[in-house]
This record gives sequence, C-alpha cells and structure tokens, in this order.
Amino acid sequence: MQDYSLLWLIPFFPLVGSIINGLFGKKIRNEALIGTIGTAAIGASFVVSCTYFFKLLGDAEKIHETTIFGAMGSGTWMNVGQLQIDWGFLLDPLSALMIMVVTGVGSLIHLYSIGYMHGEEGFYRFFSYLNLFCFSMLMLVLGNNAMVMFIGWEGVGLCSYLLIGYYFEKKSAGDAAKKAFVVNRVGDFGFLIGLFLLFWSLGQKGVRTIRFTEIAANAHLLENGGTIVTIVTLCFFLGATGKSAQIPLYTWLPDAMEGPTPVSALIHAATMVTAGVYMIGRMNGLFAMAPDTMMVIAIVGAATAIFAASIGLAQNDIKRVLAYSTVSQLGYMFLAMGVGAFTAGIFHLMTHAFFKACLFLGSGSVIHGMHHAYHHAHLHDDPQDMRNMGGLRKKMPITFITFLVSTIAIAGIPGFSGFFSKDEILWWSFGSTRGGWILWVVGAIAAGMTAFYMFRLVFMTFFGEQKTDPRAKDHIPESGLTITIPLMVLGALAVIGGYIGVPAILGGANHIHHFLEPVFGQAQKLHAIEAHGSHATEYGLMGISVGIAVIGIFGAWFMYVKNPEMPKQLVAKFKWLHTAIFNKWFVDELYDAMFVNATKRAGRICWKGFDLPIIDGIVNGVGWLVRGFSAALRYTQSGQIHSYAMAMVIGAVIIVAAYVL
Amino acid sequence: MSEHLLSLITFFPLLGMIVLLFIPRDNDGVLKGLTLVFTLITFFISLPLAFNDVFKTSAAMQYKEFVPWISIGDYFQMNYHVGIDGISLWLVMLTTFIMPIAVLSTWQSVTKNVKGFMALLLLLETGMLGAFISLDLFLFYFYWELMLIPMYFLIGIWGGAKRIYSAIKFFIYTAVGSLLMLVAIIFVYYYALQSGMPFEQGFSVLHFYDLNIPAETQTWLFLAFAFSFAIKVPMFPVHTWLPDAHTDAPTAGSVILAAILLKMGTYGYVRFAMPLFPDALQMFLPYLALLAVIGIIYGALVAMVQEDVKRLVAYSSVSHLGFVMLGIFALNIQGMAGGMIQMINHGISTGALFLIVGFIYERRHTRQIADFGGLAKRMPVFATIFLIVTFSSIGLPGTNGFVGELLIMVGAFESELRWFTVFAATGVIFAAVYMLWMFQRVMFGECKNPANQDLQDLTVREIVLMLPLLVFIFWIGIFPNVFFDKMNPSLENLIDQIKGKQQVAVVEQVNLPARNQD
Repeated sequence: MQDYSLLWLIPFFPLVGSIINGLFGKKIRNEALIGTIGTAAIGASFVVSCTYFFKLLGDAEKIHETTIFGAMGSGTWMNVGQLQIDWGFLLDPLSALMIMVVTGVGSLIHLYSIGYMHGEEGFYRFFSYLNLFCFSMLMLVLGNNAMVMFIGWEGVGLCSYLLIGYYFEKKSAGDAAKKAFVVNRVGDFGFLIGLFLLFWSLGQKGVRTIRFTEIAANAHLLENGGTIVTIVTLCFFLGATGKSAQIPLYTWLPDAMEGPTPVSALIHAATMVTAGVYMIGRMNGLFAMAPDTMMVIAIVGAATAIFAASIGLAQNDIKRVLAYSTVSQLGYMFLAMGVGAFTAGIFHLMTHAFFKACLFLGSGSVIHGMHHAYHHAHLHDDPQDMRNMGGLRKKMPITFITFLVSTIAIAGIPGFSGFFSKDEILWWSFGSTRGGWILWVVGAIAAGMTAFYMFRLVFMTFFGEQKTDPRAKDHIPESGLTITIPLMVLGALAVIGGYIGVPAILGGANHIHHFLEPVFGQAQKLHAIEAHGSHATEYGLMGISVGIAVIGIFGAWFMYVKNPEMPKQLVAKFKWLHTAIFNKWFVDELYDAMFVNATKRAGRICWKGFDLPIIDGIVNGVGWLVRGFSAALRYTQSGQIHSYAMAMVIGAVIIVAAYVL
Repeated sequence: MSEHLLSLITFFPLLGMIVLLFIPRDNDGVLKGLTLVFTLITFFISLPLAFNDVFKTSAAMQYKEFVPWISIGDYFQMNYHVGIDGISLWLVMLTTFIMPIAVLSTWQSVTKNVKGFMALLLLLETGMLGAFISLDLFLFYFYWELMLIPMYFLIGIWGGAKRIYSAIKFFIYTAVGSLLMLVAIIFVYYYALQSGMPFEQGFSVLHFYDLNIPAETQTWLFLAFAFSFAIKVPMFPVHTWLPDAHTDAPTAGSVILAAILLKMGTYGYVRFAMPLFPDALQMFLPYLALLAVIGIIYGALVAMVQEDVKRLVAYSSVSHLGFVMLGIFALNIQGMAGGMIQMINHGISTGALFLIVGFIYERRHTRQIADFGGLAKRMPVFATIFLIVTFSSIGLPGTNGFVGELLIMVGAFESELRWFTVFAATGVIFAAVYMLWMFQRVMFGECKNPANQDLQDLTVREIVLMLPLLVFIFWIGIFPNVFFDKMNPSLENLIDQIKGKQQVAVVEQVNLPARNQD
C-alpha cells in the first residue's frame, strides 16, 4: 500500500501562487519575478504529479482516496444530517492522466505567457488568474466527490470569466466573459439537478453519498436503463454541454477568444473545455446504465463535430477557426463517450490537448509577430485576420514547423498523434455495440472538413504571397525563446503523443487502454460495451477516413495555393451559403431573440406591468382611501405615531378579550 | 455575570443611546466615535455566546432570564423572558457584528443631525437584539414594534428623494401585518390560559409550543402570523415596500434593513409561526413554497431590468430570501440549516453590496447604472472587493452563498417540494445574469463619463469596514461546519417538534372515523 496522502499539494501550489501574485503582484512590479512565481507554482505541481503518476504506474492497487488531512473521514467541508461532504481527493489512472495533462501543458503555457504577456499592464493579474485556474482545474480533476468537483467546475468558470474579460475595457471582452459564465451556469443548473436527483434516489435505497467510488459501487441499486438513471445522466450531460461547448450551449466558446491567446490555449482548448468529457468518464458506470443518454451524447457529439467544422470553413480570424475547431474536436470526444469508447475519448482529450495547445500558441506567436510589425509601422490593422497574412513560413520558421506538425496531427494523418485517437473514435462509432454507421459517416465527413479548414488556415497564413501591409511586412520577427520552447515541446508531443495508444491491429500494445482499464473496464464489461468487426472492416474504414482527410488537404491546397481566386468565385456563386456559414448559421441571433430578449422582456413586464401598477397600485389605493377617511377623523386624532400604536394595542386587547372571555 | 449576559448585550446599545443624549449636538466626531465604541463593545461582549460549545449538544434555551414585568390583575401577565438556542444565536451574532460596520459606513455620508441618527441606530440595535432573544411573545411583539420606529425615522429624515413616501409605505405595510399578529398573539394567550397554562408564565412561547390548538383555529392564527412575517421577509407579492425603503434609506439603514431586519421575518417563521401552528403549516406549506419560488424567479427577473443599482440589489434580496423560505419550508435538516446559514449569508453579502453602492454614491451622488462604466480601471481595490462580493451573491463555490443555496436545494429536493426545487434552481442562472450584467455595466468598458475620471479608490476606512465581511464570505464558504455544528441540534429539535405534532394530528384524523363506527 503506497502513500498518496500529499495529493492535496497538487492543487495547493497554484493556489498559493495565485494568492501571492494577486495580493502582492502589483507591489512586486518585476515581470520576471511574477512570471517565475506563477510558473514555479504550477511547475511544482507538475513535479508532484509526475511522482504520483509513476508511483501509480508501479502500484498494483489503482484507486486511492485521501482527504486534505490524509485519512478518509477527516477534512469535512459540510456535514448536515446525512449529507457529508469531505475535502476529499481521488487518484486513479483517469485523474492521474488528467493531472499530467493539466500541470504539464499548464506549465508550458505559463512559461509561454511570460514572453507573450510582456509589457501588459495587468501582468500580475494575468498570472494570478492563470494560477487560480490551474488550482480549480486540479480540484475538478482530483475531487473524490461531486461537490469538490463542482468547486473546481465553477472555479474554472470563474477564471474563464476573469481571463476572457482580461481586456475589460473592450466591450466585446466584457460581453464575452459574461456570456461564458451565464451559459456555463445553464449547464451547472443541469449538473446540480442531476446531483440532487442522484443523491435523493440513492438515498431512497439507503445509500447517502456523493462520493464517486460509492456512487459507482451502488449504481446497481438503481434500475438499469430506467427513467431515474436516464434523467440523472441527461442532467449531468447538460452540465457537460455547457462546460465543453457542445450543442446547444457551445456559443460562448468562439466569443471566448477575446481573452489573451495563452488563455485560449490552456482553458479554451486543452483543459477546461474537456471537463465535461472528464466528468462523463468519471461517472462512466452511471452513464453506461443509460443507453438512451449515451445515444443522445453520441448524436450531440457527432452533430457538434460536423456543425462546428462547417462554420470553421469560412472564418477569417485565425483564432476563430481554431475555436470552432475545438468545438468540433470536443464533439469527437463526446461521440466517443456516447458510443462507450471511454478510453478513446480520454485518449483524444490528451492528444488534442497537445496539438491544439500547440496550434493556439502558434497562432499567438503569429499574432504577436503581426502585432509587433503593425505597432512598428503605426498601423491599426487586425493582427488576427488571416487575409493580412501569408508567406510567414520564412519569417517564423519555428512557429511554422510546429504549427504544421500539429495541423497534420489534427487532420488525422497516420503516424501523428491525432490519427490514433481519432481513428479509434471512428472505429468505435462504427463497430461499438452502442454505435452506428451513421455516426461513423458524420465523423468521417467532419474529419475531411477538419483537414480542409486547418490546411486552409496553414496555407493562408504561412504560404503564398505575403499580404501584410508593405509598411509592416518586413518587421515580423520570430518569437523569443519563452514562446518557442513551449511550441517545440508541444509540437513534439503532437507527433509522438499518440504512440501510447497504438491499436492492436497496427501491432501496438495500446498502453493507454490497459492503463485506464481499472476505470472503464468494469462498466464496459457489465453492460457489454465493446467494438467488434473484422480486421478487414477496420482496415477498410481506416483507409477511407485517411482518404477523406487527404482529399480535404488537397482541396485546401487546390483552392488556396493553386487557384487563389477560386474561393472568391465560390463565395460569389453560393452567396447565401457563405453568408449563413460566415455568420455562424445565425444561432447567436436566434438565441438572442429566443432567450436573452425574451427574458429581459419578461423582467420588464414583471416590473412595469405588475410590480408598479398592480401591487403598488393596490397599496397606494388603500393608502389614499385611508387618508381620505382619516381626514374626516382628523380632529379626533393627535397625529402622533405613538398614540396610534397605543390605540392599536388597546383596541386589539379589547376585541380579543371580549371574544374569549 | 453570565446569567444576565443577554440583557447586558441587549441594553448596552440603549445605554449608549442615553450617554449620547448628554453629548452636545455639534460634536459629530465624538458622537460617531462613541457610537462605534458602544457597538464594538456590544459585539465583543456577545462573543462568548458564539464560543459556547453547549449549543453543539443541547437544543435547549441557554442564558435564560425570567423576570415578571407587567401584570394587569388576573387578565394579563407579561414577563421579561429571554434566552437563545442555536437558531437565534447566529442571528444575535450577525446583529452585533453588522452594527459597528454600519456605524463606520456613516462616517462621511451622514452630516445632518448626527446625534439623532446615532441615537436611533443604537435604539434600533436594542430593538433587534431584543426581538431575537425574546421567549415571551408579547415581549417579542414589543421589540418588533420598537424596531419599526427608529427605522421609520432613519428613512424619513435621512433618506433620499422620495423618503417620506418610502417611510410611510414601510410603516404601513409593517404595521398592518403586525396588527394582525397582535390579535393572534392575544388569542393564543387566552387560549393557553384556558388550557391550563400557569398564569405566571405569561406569553411564554415555550409553553405555547405544547398547546394543542384545533386545526381550524390554527388556520387563521397561522395566517395572521404568516402574513405579518411574510411582509417582513419580504415574500412575493407583499415585497414592494422593500425596493422603495432600500432606495431611499441612507446606506447604514439599507445595510441594517437587509442584513438584519429582513431576518426578523424568516426568524419569525422558524421560531413562532411554524412550530406554534404545525397543522396549519402543513395545509399552507405548498402555497407558501410556491410563493417562495415565485419570489426567487420574479425577484431575479425584475432585478435584471433595474436601472438603479440599489433597486437592483433590493430586488435581488427578494430572490435570495425566496431561497431562505424554500429551505425552511423543506422541513428537514439540510433545508433548515441551509435556510439559516443563508440568512447569515444574505446579511453579509447583501450588506456588503449596499455598502458598495454607498461607496460609489458618496463619490458620484448617483446610483444610475448608466452613469457608470469603466470604474475597474480607476478603482482597482474597489473592483476586486466588488467582484468578490458579486460572486458571493451569485453563490460561487468557496464562498458563503454556495453553501446556503446548495443545502437549501438539497433539502428541498429531499422533501415534498422536489419539483419546486427545479424551478428554484433556475434562480441560480438568473442571479449570474443580473449580477454580472450590472457588474459589467458599472465596472467594465471604457471610462467615458468625464465625471468618473477622477474617482478615488477606497480609503483605508472603507477597506477596513469591508474586510470583516470578506473574511466571513470565505470562512462560511470553506468552514461552514463551525456554524452548522451549533445550529443543528436546535434545528433537529425544531423539526421533530413540528413533524411530531403533525403526525399526532394525522393519527387523530385517522382515528376519528374508527370511533364513529363503534
């Protein structure tokens, strides 16, 4: 039995870093020191995480629970009646993998931010928030019960709010921050209702707990596939759609790009938005019991994957393309969870964290360079508009190579990390007992679209003629080391990260599958969730999906390198389609009309149509009547409150006394 | 000393008021300083209550005092009968804790007739403390009315533009309610005497708990109490005095009104209306819970479209107090404890919000949201504090608001009010909408209005008076058990008492037809 009692240190370090920079950062003033404190805090967590990760690898016992005071049963947060909530942590292969991703990618992005945020007025504030985010995310991942998870769950929402609104003087940033938090709250509503229903229905069976291990152990008390389990899991899934930007709650994520780019990389690509996927993985036993919910998840995931990809086809803002790409890739992860490919979903979560963080940081490097050039030339062009870029591969070679590698990874080209995880998802969506060929078709088409728009981005940015304003074009530098080192590390991971999950059919050992087996195996076995089919089918599907991706890449090359005039002609020809896609299918406008404005109107009706005229009307009317009546009696009254009060008391005593006696 | 501790706490502010009367009018600094000292001492002498561990194990009334007071022949006996249990304990503490903060907030804002203002504040504190510790219903009523008068004058004399209208509205609403309650109190008293309660016990609520009032009689008695308390809470639809009173009250008045006076209504339900009339409670519970849920959503919706920050906070109170009532009506330990802690939370968070509104009002003499924007850049310390309080009000985990709302909803979901909870939970979404929207319009964006360009950040005094509130926002959020440990025995006892009597009533009803058959 190994000792895991210091698990709390992992979230503790960034919390301390956040407090130090938050309280004293303004006085410290020294950017290097502030950046070092922030990076060291998350770096320390990474070290502890590594230690525990490898300890767990060598440990026969794979599931460990502790509290902040070590022993279970101590470290109570709330204890009211039969509701007992501890500050408890859980280390199992799933959370071990997550803390590695969060602290690893997190450390790199902290390092990157030192260079990227250089000279910003709120430098200390940024690092304080970033550390606070890591604290929350680690609480989310490590919590051994739904409430500690929920602290992290809302905590990351708070940090997301703060960081999206980092440039709070811009109205669009304030709007985006608020939108992100409110939309997430809609999801949190689902999470809470699901939790209450679960707590209550398990309580009916005599088990009162919100601890994940106990929920898993007692889930069988609920009816398999029954209404309760279905509603509970659907509510939790609503929570997941909020945090992980799935249909119908995805609209906040593209707007979230208002935040500084490292934030987009860390929060809105690599970690926070995967919380919903993680949560489903954490409660896989419950979800496996509800095939209907799983089907909903798979459909929503596939629909989101293709829908977001379609929007990504026509965006010109480099970060917006990546944002829709993230929504789309998250759709894949949910597709995986929905068809029961839990391991594949988590695997894709990890590879996506590598290549998408790299892509975002790369785009940040580009924006940084463009910004520098415009600043130098005193121009106010948009540094994020890809139509102003082009030919940057020579100016920014490191950024270019790492970006290209990650793009190949996300496009699903064999040998790169994204291929292995995406292929496994597609295979499961076809062959799983909870899958279906339509899901595969949608997934494969979305993969082709992904390849297209990602290479479109690469070609528009790094290839062809340089379209930057002539006054600025010669002043675009490659970024400094604090920016390029994280790019190179993540780029390398985007290549090799997939080799921990090489499927058996390709002669691999599929390490990640075996590693996560203690978490997912039981539910999959119990509910007979497995992918089956002949080797020929598996090879065939793999070939087709790779083929589709290659066609997408070729299409992008054909349209944006070979015939640069073609996009314009196509746009002219399919005006309405382009307008619809470019305007994100007008979903935001629809939501504004249906929910935002309707709610405001309801508020006004309640206030000006009920509160003031009706309730106050009655009150004032009565007051007016009384005044008229009392005017007649004025001579009998002294006009002093005391005497009225006294009269009231005496009168009441007399009435009641007369009645009772 | 300890056997008169409660009296000492209650009357110490009154002593302060008397001392103040001997200070000449113009010495504003001395008057304010003395008031602060008196409220602070009151707070410190009340601290032993909070540290007494007897509340962890006993549900009984502690620190009891019993002195015959007024008697009129054989007709009427009223006693000075006080004591606290784990329920009133925290409300007493909240009162003594908030008062010095409220006094400190007046430092610059109150310049007109300081002597009168301070004297009324001290009188108000005695009234509020007295109401929370009264075990004699008539004594309670006495304090209940006593509180009304200083608050009436605080609004009417030191208030804003429509102060007379608001003060009278406040007075009439509350007076109408209390008149009904008074009739009911006296009825219960004579009923108790007829049922054989010893005359010397006066209006002892502890004896009234044991009465077996017929269900039909309970109905109208309960309604009288419930109506009176509902006005004070305030519950939908008798809430419209609150936005006016808040908007026109001076900052200290708003803080006290929100933090403590409103709790008088919720406390009244817990201490009197519910345990005295359990059968009637059972009958009206779904309707009252419905009103609570309507209040949550309605208050939030109306708060969302307000243009005046103070009005917005006032309507948000209607929403938050709806949560408190829902928790109490759940009639189980989670709901009750959640409701109780949410009373404290609301006192802290909404009190803090009113202070914040006061800060900017003192600087700009406006509370219109549209007049602000971009303040975060000018006032970074203020921005940070405002942000923390905002998220506490929204109920972010780690802050006090979350603990209360969570337990209320868990409790309500466990009770018969399951489906009410689903609707109530939407209030969690709306709270984020109206608070963040307001925060954005006031703090974010560019600072365009020239009048806001030179705003000063918070002074040391202002930071000092906010700090204790911030401490409790996190303390209750992270270590709520400190509070629950001492309220749970009393709450469990109360729930048993209410449910026990309800069950007796059910058994009797079931038995009646059986007897008829014989």
